[in-house]
Amino acid sequence: MSDIVLDIRQLKTYFFTRNGVVKAVDDISFTLRKGECLCLVGESGCGKTASALSVLRLVDSPPGRIIGGEILYYGEDLLRCSTKRLRQIRGNRIAMIFQDPQSSLNPVFTVGNQVAEQIKLHLGLKHGPAMERARHLMEQAGIPRAGERIKDYPHQFSGGMRQRVMIAVALSCDPDVLIADEPTTALDTTIKAQILDIFQDLKKNRNMSILFITHDMGTVAEIADRIVVMYGGRLAEAGTTLDIFDRPMHPYTVGLLNCLPDISARKDRLTPIAGLIPSLINPPEGCIFSPRCERRMSICSRERPKEIMASGEHIIACHLYS
Amino acid sequence: MSKILLEVDNLRKYYPVTAGLFSKRVADIRAVDGVSFYITEGETLGLVGESGCGKSSLGRALLRLEEPTAGRVLYRGSNIMMWNRRQLKELRREAQMIFQDPQSSLDPRMTIEDSIGEALLIHGIDNEKERLEKVEELLIRVGLEPEHTMRYPHELSGGQKQRIGIARALAVNPKLIVADEPVSALDVSVQAQILNLIMDLQQELSLAYLFIAHDLSVIGQVSDRIAVMYLGQIVELANRTDLFTHPLHPYTEALLSAVHIPDPHQKRKRILLQGEVPSLVEPPLGCRFHTRCPRVMNICRQEEPELQQLGDGHSVSCHLYN
Repeated sequence: MSDIVLDIRQLKTYFFTRNGVVKAVDDISFTLRKGECLCLVGESGCGKTASALSVLRLVDSPPGRIIGGEILYYGEDLLRCSTKRLRQIRGNRIAMIFQDPQSSLNPVFTVGNQVAEQIKLHLGLKHGPAMERARHLMEQAGIPRAGERIKDYPHQFSGGMRQRVMIAVALSCDPDVLIADEPTTALDTTIKAQILDIFQDLKKNRNMSILFITHDMGTVAEIADRIVVMYGGRLAEAGTTLDIFDRPMHPYTVGLLNCLPDISARKDRLTPIAGLIPSLINPPEGCIFSPRCERRMSICSRERPKEIMASGEHIIACHLYS
Repeated sequence: MSKILLEVDNLRKYYPVTAGLFSKRVADIRAVDGVSFYITEGETLGLVGESGCGKSSLGRALLRLEEPTAGRVLYRGSNIMMWNRRQLKELRREAQMIFQDPQSSLDPRMTIEDSIGEALLIHGIDNEKERLEKVEELLIRVGLEPEHTMRYPHELSGGQKQRIGIARALAVNPKLIVADEPVSALDVSVQAQILNLIMDLQQELSLAYLFIAHDLSVIGQVSDRIAVMYLGQIVELANRTDLFTHPLHPYTEALLSAVHIPDPHQKRKRILLQGEVPSLVEPPLGCRFHTRCPRVMNICRQEEPELQQLGDGHSVSCHLYN
């Protein structure tokens, strides 16, 4: 289909550590379409951040290395293009927002300079017009009195405001794709609601494609069009938001949804998923979820399940359905 | 009616802001500013609020881990502010604390046996064999294996470390546990395990909890009554169902409406709060919430409202209900 902006195919990102090879992303494929919000969901260590960093080849190397797969941006493979070409895309066509705005901003430059930096680099504007555009972007990101605050330093901003600055930086070159890695995790409930509103707005009014990474199913329900559930560096289940929330099929997805406390009705007991998140250095044989799975069969500890199309967009990697 | 275990009366905790060569005290951060409530035996009081509202400071001042600036804390009717060191040690047998980050509350160079055993030693169990037996018993109680005694913290996962933190608190058979964000650093599947454990232990040992968290759905799962804190003060206190179904304070309303429910069919009307949380150094005059309140009136800018009972244990501090 022509509306596919990013096509990630069989991506493998491994980390070569002293203790062994960590298969952080182990053969994962998904697509991001024009104007949609795709959520990558999973718990810590499931490879969602490593997948996102791989898209822009930002994985720390060493120890990390993308050892296989393709990342097609409008058909152009970002894993095989030149560094020069990649720099033209990074920040310009595909922008990224990180979890911790504190550590993504340089403390010794004013925020205005940092927002303007990319504008000068990619759009070739002079300082004056670039600062003017920076002010405008900060206003759009919801920073009050942007004209004055443009001269402030990052430490003079609160966490929520810093995340707005990061959004202004990301939007500076009007990108097609925005990759947001847990952008609301460090924020308070009321501030988080404000920031999610900005994302909704970007999608609706700018037709931007958003790859949104989070562990919070509440945020997902709010913002996602489609969802990829990851577990242990692999895809467990993918589908539309309604596929995942109304018709979850993979036992991990079911467990993930069941273990959440429900604000509208207090449960006597929560239903946790037994066991621990697996080590990615010595992952279990076969299906990586099998040691924790309640519906485990004998084949599960022998063979890695293939991805099966359940309906329309709904994909599951589970032996129960093969 | 069960007996009151702990009563807090007009508690204040100020931290000095110093400046200049001689560190002159120039202002105060009023982290806890006149808070009163009680906890009965065997109940859970949830304390919810956004970062910087003073909820952790309150938890620490309550047990005199940090000296409160003013106010009284009555434990079984006796004012612990007057207690000497020896008496305070007795208090620590009765009242324990669980922290957010189990990583930093365990000594990396001590085995689990030593970490838990230390608590037993301080409180007078000298016999080594007896101590080991007790440690093993505690480990089983929190869902770990006796062989974990010889492990070091780095060999354990986050959830397991939090179980150790809980075992350590239980070592002295306390009656009250102050749990400061005990699950916020954990993944959701593990979070459910720990919340279940916390609730089970309450049943078995008739513990009372002061459960501090920022996540309303977690608070709702464990609490009998809930106190909502904003800028160092309690703005509303009610039993769980009342607070969730009939919130009175505009801040509670906004906080509840900002919770993202993991259900895509429930799109609720959100009350988006404007602006940011003001500073604790110079809190707004009048009602502290008036700068962000959607229902602000003239009186709110001038007079500070008092926490008043509106029947059936539901208290609110807001001029709307005068």
